[in-house]
Amino acid sequence: MQGSNTDYLLAVENLTVSFDGFKAVSDLNLYVDEKDIRVIIGPNGAGKTTLLDLICGKTKASEGSIKFRNRELTKMSESQIVLAGVGRKFQTPSIYDDLTVFENLEISYPKGRTVFGALTFLRDRAVIDRVEEISEIIFLKDMLNKRGEYLSHGQKQWLEIGMLLIQDPDLLMLDEPVAGMSVSERLKTAELLNRITSDRSVIVIEHDMKFVEDIARTVTVLHQGKILSEGTMDHVKNDPKVIEVYLGH
Amino acid sequence: MPNGTTFLTRSGWLNLAILAIFLLVVLPLVVDPFRLNLVGKYLTYAFVALGLVMCWGYGGILSLGQGCFFGLGGYCMAMYLKLEASSIENTKIQSTPGIPDFMDWNQITALPAFWVPFKSFPLTIIAILILPTILAFVIGAAMFKRRVGGVYFAIITQAISSILTILIVGQQGYTGGVNGITDLRTLNGWDIRSDHAHTILYFVCVILLIACLLLAQYVTCSKLGRILVAMREKEDRVRFSGYSVANFKIFIFCLAAVFAAIGGAMFTLQVGFMSPTFVGIVPSIEMVIYAAVGGRFSLFGAIYGTLLVNFAKTSFSESFPELWLFGLGALFIGVVMLFPNGLAGIYRSTLDPYVKRLLGSTPRPKSADPSVSQPAE
Amino acid sequence: MLGGYTFTDLGSIFVMQGFAGLILFSVFVLMALGLAIIFGQMGVINMAHGEFMILGAYVTYLTSTFFQAHLPGLFSIYFFVAIVLAFIASGIMGLIVEYVLIRHLYNRPLDTLLATWGLSLILQQAYRTIFGAREVGVELPQWMLGSWHATESIEIPINGMIIMALTILITIGVGFLMYKSRWGKNVRAVVQNRAIAGAVGIDTEKVDRYTFGIGCGIAGIAGAAFTMIGSTGPTSGQLYIVNAFLIVVFGGAQSLLGTIASAFTISQTQSTLEFFLSGSMAAVITLLAVVGLLMLRPQGLFTLKVRR
Repeated sequence: MQGSNTDYLLAVENLTVSFDGFKAVSDLNLYVDEKDIRVIIGPNGAGKTTLLDLICGKTKASEGSIKFRNRELTKMSESQIVLAGVGRKFQTPSIYDDLTVFENLEISYPKGRTVFGALTFLRDRAVIDRVEEISEIIFLKDMLNKRGEYLSHGQKQWLEIGMLLIQDPDLLMLDEPVAGMSVSERLKTAELLNRITSDRSVIVIEHDMKFVEDIARTVTVLHQGKILSEGTMDHVKNDPKVIEVYLGH
Repeated sequence: MPNGTTFLTRSGWLNLAILAIFLLVVLPLVVDPFRLNLVGKYLTYAFVALGLVMCWGYGGILSLGQGCFFGLGGYCMAMYLKLEASSIENTKIQSTPGIPDFMDWNQITALPAFWVPFKSFPLTIIAILILPTILAFVIGAAMFKRRVGGVYFAIITQAISSILTILIVGQQGYTGGVNGITDLRTLNGWDIRSDHAHTILYFVCVILLIACLLLAQYVTCSKLGRILVAMREKEDRVRFSGYSVANFKIFIFCLAAVFAAIGGAMFTLQVGFMSPTFVGIVPSIEMVIYAAVGGRFSLFGAIYGTLLVNFAKTSFSESFPELWLFGLGALFIGVVMLFPNGLAGIYRSTLDPYVKRLLGSTPRPKSADPSVSQPAE
Repeated sequence: MLGGYTFTDLGSIFVMQGFAGLILFSVFVLMALGLAIIFGQMGVINMAHGEFMILGAYVTYLTSTFFQAHLPGLFSIYFFVAIVLAFIASGIMGLIVEYVLIRHLYNRPLDTLLATWGLSLILQQAYRTIFGAREVGVELPQWMLGSWHATESIEIPINGMIIMALTILITIGVGFLMYKSRWGKNVRAVVQNRAIAGAVGIDTEKVDRYTFGIGCGIAGIAGAAFTMIGSTGPTSGQLYIVNAFLIVVFGGAQSLLGTIASAFTISQTQSTLEFFLSGSMAAVITLLAVVGLLMLRPQGLFTLKVRR
């Protein structure tokens, strides 16, 4: 099925994926504006992570279309999707333990991504400046020479966000960015997100309602692979269907 | 530091100098030509070990089929030398003069088409470099594009080297069968069997090895080397940072294959024959242990590891042949269980700090050293 | 056309070669079954599996010489005793190896592969020291040697049928053990989530050890069957390891049924091809076909689509 062309940054239409008959995402429509901050919430197994997997190409859709700036993503490889401008952070912090913070960031720097490019890549002033700039945003400026494995859990989450920022994506997808963080780390992360979302769109999956209220503009509630409710935080909170799902059982 | 990490640190240059002096000066002076030829033979395996360090140590891709590429290089060279040795003059007692003797014994009356290019020396050199690359590319593209890795890749590469061995042994008329291609005498008219020739070939081998070492050093300290390490750890993260992971794996696998083939060609030149015993599963896995003993993340270690294991093998096999397999088996188990970083790991934890202090280099910030992957405390 | 054979001829050839391949098939199935349990359930690559098989073959050889010398009256049934002893010997060795070696290397599959290769070298040399480098063969009791004439042109060797029956029995037994018994449930629980399995009171270390032991024991039985198609030498096992691994991978590592189907396909292809081509070309073509198919379908023949 061909999705229609829209003014939206991301237009997901009639998206379905099934694993052995189980529909993890079923006939889903989702539209994200430029510079939107969209938070997706929903009970476990609602299909949130699968939706991100589908958008970034980790899982192939059974049906439906995903258009990013009117380019069809379902036909593209993972790396092409990244080059198109979609960045994705994983649920568990996914960084390179054996490399330093500097090198972690450098690998995501959008240059030298082909085999030949990587062989001839030079760590010039521009690279170093950019890495330092990002490291400051993610509170890791003093740790550039530390190996990834020595970071705390929260610092690893920030580092992975930094690795996405350095790619400068137009759409940033974050899967539970504050999971396992302390209260103070959580506040810092909210501040970080508010800062970095000023010039790009962000999709965040999160369970922490306090955090959601801090950052969200629009909230989408997923349930059993379908959209249950969508709107502002207040609207969603008072939607009887949502209350039913969260409190009814 | 143009590449990110320096090409060679001060102690790196020192290591290189020590290696070069040891191989180019000390050994030729103290060792008799026969033993020097033996060292030369060992060093041809070090080419394979270098490739394995890049592929397995850095990239996490364990190939159990490197014997394939070693054999391909060796056979290409052997075919050229065999054709030179089978001139019409030398083979006039055969029923078909001018073809290799084993073909004649197998009632083959004309040179098979795939042998013809090996009449030319330039084409032979090209074949030594290109054929393994093509094979590695095909295997790599088929496997890595479909995200096959780890033990599956090891099993498939092992199967491929097994297939190649069976093929060579079975097609006796075209390949010389289980005896291999033997009785090689001259290279472009130059007798390669004399002590003098052995010595010269030894130097050629060492220089090629050091060239390969430097190339490997360049690759592993470029951004590509760091991407390999990153891929080994979190393949998905690299993929979702915009890299097509398969291409990097294919590249490093091809490079390792070419190294192995160069080693194989040098083997044929120095030893004077090539046979399927160097192609199959057993030698392929044995070559992995050379890299493992040296330290799977250390290029220098690969060379020392190869030498050490082979010296041990030769001296054991001379005095207690039945003990060697016990020793080799224990080596496999010991390196994996007790010294996963091999000789290089031992060196790094004992001697290296002193060397660095002597050289006055500032302690390197804990950096892109893939070898220090200790389990998390 | 068809190399001068008529279709009836070809049919007979196919059936005959098929039955000639029965023992080979059984050895493959038993080898692969053991490997599949160990690899599929524990993720361990056991390169010494061939040597466990050969241990079973040597035990069979020892049993046969013992019966010949001391219990000639019971010689006709020695083979069944040998099977039990082979299972026990290889199984116990498996338990020991798991305890000394394998359990330290979980989650490091490539390292396990190298360590078990080292083990296989040590075992080979041990066999050579104990039994000598020469290959040994066993004598079969008279009644197992004949063959049964199914039709005029088809005859089936009796030992082939016995081994076949044995293989079916063991396969059903393993299937039952893995999918119907409490033990199998424990094994699968450990495979899916080691921590949780441990938390609900399953002794995960014990499960690992016995899984490995059973896999090795089945290899021992394969060794007993092996004595019927070849003589036993220190390195005989190594020849089978590549095929056995390909069978497991080709069948899809998690699926016992897949393992059997792929063992059948591979051994039958090979023995049928052997009639038309030289043995080595048959092996090359079979292996190439398997490797080629694996490149097209790396997950093996029988796997489910799951969320990665």
